[in-house]
Amino acid sequence: MSSATQETPGAIKAPGGFLVMPSVIVLLAWMIVPLVMTVWFSFQYYNLLAPETAGFAGLDNYEFLVTDPDFWVSLRNTLVLLSSVLVITVVLGTLLAVLFDQPFPGRNIARVLAISPFFIMPTVAALIWKNLMMHPIYGVFGAVAQAFGFEPVDWFAQFPLASVIAIVSWEWLPFALLILLTAVQSLDHEQREAARMDGAGVIAQFVFITLPHLSRAIGVVVMIETIFLLTVFAEIFVTTSGGPGNATTNLAFLIYARALLQFDIGGASAGGVVAIVLANIVAFFLVRSIARRLEV
Amino acid sequence: MEDSLGRRILTFVLGWGVALLLFFPIFWMALTSFKTEAEAVTAQLMFTPTLDSYREVLSRADYLGFALNSVVVSVGGTVLALLLAIPAAYSMAFHPTARTRSTLLWMLSTKMLPSVGVLVPIYLLFRSAGLLDTRSGLVIIYALMNLPIVVWMLFTFYKEVPREILEAGRMDGARTGGEVWFLLLPLTLPGVASTGLLSLILCWNEAFWSLNLTSSSAAPLTAFIASFSSPEGLFFAKLSAASTMAVAPILVFGWFSQRQLVRGLTFGAVK
Repeated sequence: MSSATQETPGAIKAPGGFLVMPSVIVLLAWMIVPLVMTVWFSFQYYNLLAPETAGFAGLDNYEFLVTDPDFWVSLRNTLVLLSSVLVITVVLGTLLAVLFDQPFPGRNIARVLAISPFFIMPTVAALIWKNLMMHPIYGVFGAVAQAFGFEPVDWFAQFPLASVIAIVSWEWLPFALLILLTAVQSLDHEQREAARMDGAGVIAQFVFITLPHLSRAIGVVVMIETIFLLTVFAEIFVTTSGGPGNATTNLAFLIYARALLQFDIGGASAGGVVAIVLANIVAFFLVRSIARRLEV
Repeated sequence: MEDSLGRRILTFVLGWGVALLLFFPIFWMALTSFKTEAEAVTAQLMFTPTLDSYREVLSRADYLGFALNSVVVSVGGTVLALLLAIPAAYSMAFHPTARTRSTLLWMLSTKMLPSVGVLVPIYLLFRSAGLLDTRSGLVIIYALMNLPIVVWMLFTFYKEVPREILEAGRMDGARTGGEVWFLLLPLTLPGVASTGLLSLILCWNEAFWSLNLTSSSAAPLTAFIASFSSPEGLFFAKLSAASTMAVAPILVFGWFSQRQLVRGLTFGAVK
């Protein structure tokens, strides 16, 4: 009768293919144009302050990049920041997800409070932490330390990278908690009940039932956080500006400084290519993991 | 046995302890915003609340301009993304082809391009197009940035609409795409709304492009708050008041969209 009854996925020629095209075209342009430009610039001498030295640079920008100690420091900082925040958020996130899965009075309100940091804009989160929390003279931490008779710590001067890690972890722990809690709640409670009947303790239940069930969700959290954490920017921009020295300069901040402070377009683009390659390695695994789940 | 009283009390104390600890900086920010500048640099809890800081921040001629920019670029970016995504998601959910699966995954992969990797070309393109420090520039970036997430979320919502409803509609004479569309609209409105909400939250809090592509006339609240980084940051009460106003609306939105957030941010990989 109607055409709808003949519809089987994949069989029908899309009457609405043109409906998909606008999205595909703009995304294609959004991806291809800047990508090609970045790669192109990375092989060019191109400095906005020195327009006379233009032309093909071969691998010079890359050579300059890898022989620059700042680059290796920034790469190390990027990886330290990434792995520290990942470990903190995934470990604490898993434990908190199990905690918030237990019934207790006011649990829904407590959960809402706990995930709130995720909705705070990065510039606010960073400045609130830097000034109201970690400031050695006026901050809460300093006041608490003094109340217990300790010397206040000048966090950003003495432990700059750790301070940034603390702020970013605070922002992303709620994300891990939210995703992992959703996964924990889909756990079959009968299975755990059966395990308990068989005499499995709390820890055994966690290790042999909860963790395996969560492995997929943990993988998704790790990969999504990696995409965002490879390019942490605003938190560094408003707190340390990459310093002191280059102690908190990550790849994103290095590229920003090269491009918009030193106007070295060629050099910044070479850094950009490195960032893209790093992200793509992660993206490959993320897309594959999601593809396995996708039902069309 | 497991659910002994001791265990319940421990869960309660731990759960609330963690929640209050994580929320503490936000609470402290809100509290400080009601202090005077002199009180703000102390950790004291007892003080006479004052709205002076709010008054001062609001009386700055440019504050409302930043707030307006935030609203315009967030709403603009979200609406543009929805306009592009709704037809695409509709078509892929109800008329899937052999290519639909790979198209969806490809859209997702565009999200993996790190923004800092394309900062240079986007900056130069914007400069030559006169889009630097304009709201339209940010609207375009935000729409493109969120388009993959928006398409994915809408797609999952459309997939949940029972086919029978559409078929019944067609029997009743809804033959053209437009008529089917009006049938679908009320059914999928909640899905569209929560997708839009997630997109709004992401645009509102975006702080890479807003810091790099705007300076004054189009700068949203993320950039305004960044201007407190030094030396103005020492005015703690004003920083707190400005920050509280900047985060309050989106925090409330966030509380109402937790579930959709999981769906949107994991591309349906965790349900």
